[in-house]
Amino acid sequence: MSSRPSPVSRRRLLAGGAVAGLGAVAAAGATVVTGAADVLPVQAAVPDTGTATVPFYGTRQAGVAQDPPAQAAFVALTLAAGTDKRAVARMMRLLTDDAARLTRGEPALGDTDATLAVLPARLTVTFGFGPGLYAVAGQRSPVADLPAFAIDRLEKRWSGGDLLLQICADDPLTVTHTQRMLIKDARPFAAVRWVQQGFRRSPGVQSPEHTQRNVLGQLDGTANPRGPGIDPAVWNPDGSTQLVVRRIRAEIEKWDLLSVTDKENAVGRRMATGAPLSGTDEHDDPDFTALDDAGLPKIPDFSHVTRAHVTDPAMKILRRPYNYDGVPNALGHPDAGLIFAAFQRDIARQFVPIQQRLADKDLLNEWITPIGSAVFAVPPGCSEGGWIGEQVLA
Amino acid sequence: MRNPSIRRRTLSVTVLTGVLATLGLAGCGSDSSSTASPAPGPSTVAATLTVKDPWVKAATAGTMTAAFGVLVNDTGADVTITSAESPASPMELHEMTMKDGKMVMQPKQGGFVIKARSTHELSPGGDHLMLMKPATAIEAGDEVSFTLKLADGSTVPFTAIAKPFAGAGESYDPGMAMPGSAPASAMPMGSTAP
Repeated sequence: MSSRPSPVSRRRLLAGGAVAGLGAVAAAGATVVTGAADVLPVQAAVPDTGTATVPFYGTRQAGVAQDPPAQAAFVALTLAAGTDKRAVARMMRLLTDDAARLTRGEPALGDTDATLAVLPARLTVTFGFGPGLYAVAGQRSPVADLPAFAIDRLEKRWSGGDLLLQICADDPLTVTHTQRMLIKDARPFAAVRWVQQGFRRSPGVQSPEHTQRNVLGQLDGTANPRGPGIDPAVWNPDGSTQLVVRRIRAEIEKWDLLSVTDKENAVGRRMATGAPLSGTDEHDDPDFTALDDAGLPKIPDFSHVTRAHVTDPAMKILRRPYNYDGVPNALGHPDAGLIFAAFQRDIARQFVPIQQRLADKDLLNEWITPIGSAVFAVPPGCSEGGWIGEQVLA
Repeated sequence: MRNPSIRRRTLSVTVLTGVLATLGLAGCGSDSSSTASPAPGPSTVAATLTVKDPWVKAATAGTMTAAFGVLVNDTGADVTITSAESPASPMELHEMTMKDGKMVMQPKQGGFVIKARSTHELSPGGDHLMLMKPATAIEAGDEVSFTLKLADGSTVPFTAIAKPFAGAGESYDPGMAMPGSAPASAMPMGSTAP
């Protein structure tokens, strides 16, 4: 958010520039030289990372269109059997009040660790309603579970949910405290179904317009709508949107067996720059008709970028993914992957066709496995004095 | 059945004491969405005291619980709260005190005095507004109305949202008389989860 210029202090140089510079040198040394453009332009951390805020109130919920902060927790809850529509409304008043205060950097009411609330670090709390919540409210759900895809190996412990809390901030302790506070206040109404915690680059490591890398080393989110392109893809007229959260396990041991060229053919982009194999810059439009010297398509027909490509701005999806990295097993095999989070106006119309094409044929499928899946309607935002979900539950 | 005094409509956690003067004050670091409440009864509504960030610990029917918040006196004179009322429960003003090596709560003699231009925090483990015996359950997310009575005869109405809260399990000093409520010996406050 706010990155107001300020005099460069000695401390800032030491804390930000110098350390980051060393990191960049190390990274560049370990990277193909053509990748330097991605890793070298390092920005020192802005001094107000901790105090920066994102407004909570508005016609649209925060945590969607903003550049994603470094840390996230996705918390899915299951409504208790006795939680009726009125109880859900009471819960949402409580959680809205907590979120409004915490995102301002103020403790929640009854916050037993108020000192943990004072550095919001661009904290956002975004609420999503699953099909089960609409059932309790006696209303037709705008979202439905995704169809089964052949590539899915879904586990119940990462799937479904009646209420989603997407908690994002540039600091993990802020996310932890917010998660704790919200879960405490939700407990009389709902049980924790799953929690997925993820990360992106830390603030200041790269300028926000850089596309993040996932744990397979791919630039992830190049084709995202940006700026004015977000509106037609993401927001409905009433300020609502829809969210897909899928846990995608990365088969890193198998990925390691590939040469860089193999990896690039699977993705359809250069690993170092993210440029399509038909071009030179990350944001070059992929040219699926371009042929190489042998007369073959420069971008393989079954590459990820070919199969996922969308041209109509209203049919694009806004990806807001986070990496996850659990604990390796005894053999040293990582438990890592992607918390794929994508916002769009209509999951059935926008997301499902893309996912169906990828499930049908995508070279990358060999190295990624969906193990969790959940869908949520993201209701409009609210104004001060209001609460998230009032249109559905009031 | 639900207590009609417990409102479940809007989340306006900060309620002003009067139509005059207090907007800026209550907006300080809190919801500025405050709404003024009409004065209950014949007494005048004080324009001297506001209650910031009020909340009440959710509790089952008949279980002692308490309300908290920050009392803000923005005037040049001390303000004394002599009693509190709520349609939800008989009330007492409580303080915590050490007795036989244990912290216990007891009625605050003389009420709460909020010094001129200062604040007075009501919090778990400290001074609080005691709900001696809620007629019905106070459930998480409920809004409960209260009225503070001041020494000058004026009143301060406010509304507090109910929160699930594990703490604030203070015990009532068994040696103290409990006027206006059933005898309760060393009864812990709000011991049940909502």
